[in-house]
Amino acid sequence: MLDALLDEARQQAEVAEALYHESTELPISFEANRMKSINASQSSGMALRIVKDGRIGLGYSTKLDGPDDLDTLVASAVESAEFGAEARFTLPSAYTANGVTIFDPAVEALALDDLVTLGTTALDLLRDHDKDFLCDVGASRRVSRVELRNSRGGGTAYQKSVVSLGGSINLTRGEDILDVWHYAVSCRADVDAQAVAQRIIQRVEDARETATVTTKHMPVLFTPQGLGATLMLPLRQAFNGKTVLQGASPLGERLGEQVFDEKLSIYNDGTIDHAVGSAPADDEGMPLRRTPLVEDGYVRSFIYDLQTAGLAGAEPTGNGERSPNSLPAPGYHNAVIAPGTDGSLADIIGGIDEGILVEYTMGASMGNLFSGDFSGNVLLGYKIEHGKLAGRVKNTMVAGNTYDALKNIAALGSEPEWVGGSFYAPPLLVADLSVSTREG
Amino acid sequence: MRERIEEALKRHNADYVEIRVEETKSTNITYRGKDLEEVGTTTQLGGCVRAAVNGGWGFVSFNRVEDLGEKVAQAASQARIVGAEKTELADVAPVHDVVHVTMRRDPGAVPLAEKKRLMDSYVEEIWRTPKIQTSTVRYGDSYRKQYFGNSTGAYIEQERGRVTAHFGVVARDNGNVQQARAGFASNEDYGVVEGKHAEVREAAEKAVAMLDATPPKGGEFMVILDSTLAGVFAHEAFGHLSEADHVYENDKLREIMVLGRKFGGEFLNIADSGKVPGLTGSFAYDDEGVPTGKQYLIREGELVGRLHSRETAGKMGETPTGNARAQSYRVPPLVRMRNTAIEPGETPLEDMLAEVKDGVYCKNWYGGQTSMEMFTFSCMEAYAIRDGKLAEPLRGVNLSGNVFTTLENIVAVGNDFAWDPAGGTCGKGGQSAPVGDGSPHVLISKCLVGGQ
Repeated sequence: MLDALLDEARQQAEVAEALYHESTELPISFEANRMKSINASQSSGMALRIVKDGRIGLGYSTKLDGPDDLDTLVASAVESAEFGAEARFTLPSAYTANGVTIFDPAVEALALDDLVTLGTTALDLLRDHDKDFLCDVGASRRVSRVELRNSRGGGTAYQKSVVSLGGSINLTRGEDILDVWHYAVSCRADVDAQAVAQRIIQRVEDARETATVTTKHMPVLFTPQGLGATLMLPLRQAFNGKTVLQGASPLGERLGEQVFDEKLSIYNDGTIDHAVGSAPADDEGMPLRRTPLVEDGYVRSFIYDLQTAGLAGAEPTGNGERSPNSLPAPGYHNAVIAPGTDGSLADIIGGIDEGILVEYTMGASMGNLFSGDFSGNVLLGYKIEHGKLAGRVKNTMVAGNTYDALKNIAALGSEPEWVGGSFYAPPLLVADLSVSTREG
Repeated sequence: MRERIEEALKRHNADYVEIRVEETKSTNITYRGKDLEEVGTTTQLGGCVRAAVNGGWGFVSFNRVEDLGEKVAQAASQARIVGAEKTELADVAPVHDVVHVTMRRDPGAVPLAEKKRLMDSYVEEIWRTPKIQTSTVRYGDSYRKQYFGNSTGAYIEQERGRVTAHFGVVARDNGNVQQARAGFASNEDYGVVEGKHAEVREAAEKAVAMLDATPPKGGEFMVILDSTLAGVFAHEAFGHLSEADHVYENDKLREIMVLGRKFGGEFLNIADSGKVPGLTGSFAYDDEGVPTGKQYLIREGELVGRLHSRETAGKMGETPTGNARAQSYRVPPLVRMRNTAIEPGETPLEDMLAEVKDGVYCKNWYGGQTSMEMFTFSCMEAYAIRDGKLAEPLRGVNLSGNVFTTLENIVAVGNDFAWDPAGGTCGKGGQSAPVGDGSPHVLISKCLVGGQ
């Protein structure tokens, strides 16, 4: 079908690229301590990108029953090309087929019963720990197939398998509500119910007592999860080639300069086996690679798709990602912060006399990310007192500026962790951030 | 389609089955900076079957709309594995209806070239303002036709339209970067996105004006929210708590959210409606075939109702409210808000200002979030208030607090009212839904402001 579509499109356009995606997914959900639903989904669709008279056109359809549907798809791409942006890229002419392992037959072979068992195991572990827990659990497997081909002979084809297990508990006492969750995801069948449950239980136990802090500046330690939801957000935007192209990135003119603490190195890496952000090629057929964004505090590179790189006069980096019905745009694969040398999370806590540990925040993504300012409610955080966790802090906000905070990293852990399958980072300590709290 | 759906519903061994098939066509135009970035059209055809057996649910979604009978059997067998109790769905009289979308001006009939010309003119408007660093302009329209049938004999064909234009502007002065937004949305009229040049220019000027703003000092302050921000507050802080799917299986939250409980002053009224003309959260029937209406949540400060699907209503012995909404055929419906508003009170804005010695006037928003007990939202524009008068502009103001105490801390509700013209998009359970938020100005005696 791809070839038929490319042939038809080529009769009207200089360049054509067709992307077919198909996936089947089997998610099982448990709500309020019992199995609630089993969903099965099949989805498929085709995107057509063309260059006609030098302009980009795009069409997408999930209705692919016959030749008429292909005609409609070509017609919608041609219509939009009339008004489209000027094309500033050359599609790859080489076919990229493999390189990274992201498919595990054992995931594809997971039966409904296996997923029910995985979810039930996690649920039972949580329930057995505390009868007051109200637990939700989700277990899912997805197998997707991508086929991409362009009229220059380039493209890719691959299959990806993903299994995930997420759990969350709600513990309500009076008007005091505690929600704790954890999520594990992988391309191979190595998701562990015990580890997910254990992680949740540990966080709940640390939050049993409530501690109070006062409004002032203090050391703030971010877990990998907390880091991803706060300090990383402005950086994700600043290293995006589109932001740079628009002149809105504070780092746009600082390539090659030292902007951050020398402890900091950040990579975009699409070549890690079994990581859900990995693939042989991006969504325009460019091979994925490991790109340094920050090395030893120096700004090294931004991320680009072909068109954005063309407009910016930069080298493409193989970061052309797209939802099937839109054009490629710069996207991260696996964002990786290289580990430091300051030991485990417990080691870092051990060195803090008074501070807070931030695990989940709420609202930190809503601020003005361009300027690097962030300000979020500490949804789950703990007071650190004399080198130990001293209970959960509530009604507390943490605020600061990413660029100021990362100039001077007080500690960077040696033990990185995956967060949500495509962010890999160690805990990070900022010596001095503003913490506000409701008094009394 | 009607025959295929009704045929497929004839044979099943489930307590309840529903089928949805949807056709959608949408157009998007996106600009980044001065340049057009993307023009595209999307055509979708897809469907789903949802079945309940012994209280468990099975759901199957697909793009290949064929063999509906087999999909019914598959959904029912999945539901049977799950079900261990009793299916309790509130009764709804089965409806037979065909709902045509009645567009005042149909975006589908406006040529793409004209839409693009209009957006070009907004881009020019933004770039007339000095110190603009970049901008985004997003136009979108969509038409959706849904075929719905269920095993109680309901059959509904429903069309829905939507048109939106959203503008984001980033201003920059050296390292200082500020942003502002404007937006317009309607479910019935392309006209709402036309002739908005003054509003678009105002957003650009606001982004530039915020360059001179200072970060707030953190701590607790008396705050006044404008209608847009107070509408978000109603949505985030109270609307989500009123969604019965959070409550019906959580005994402790059920105790907190007991009907008749006092949550605020007598001047506080909050309602959710699917019937406000023109708003993108309005529609005739929800995705379970239940007619929509207006549901009071708080009346004179007292909790009087909540938002339901047929299941949550059945389990709580309450009446379905038409709040079961699915983003598309790919997902089962969730309990969602439609258009949520604090209703007007009696206090003029100037009287509120006069109450404030040292506080913050907060306008418009970037976003909001809630964890049931706690809420947070960020202001697009804010000013210090000193001795009853507006003072210097503040940037990066985030508000946060406990829902219950903040509702108690509302000390006055304004005599004005506005719906957010931009419309809203609410995220829940991985699904997004168009919603409306509205309110008058609101005075809160104590609210936590995050600052540096």
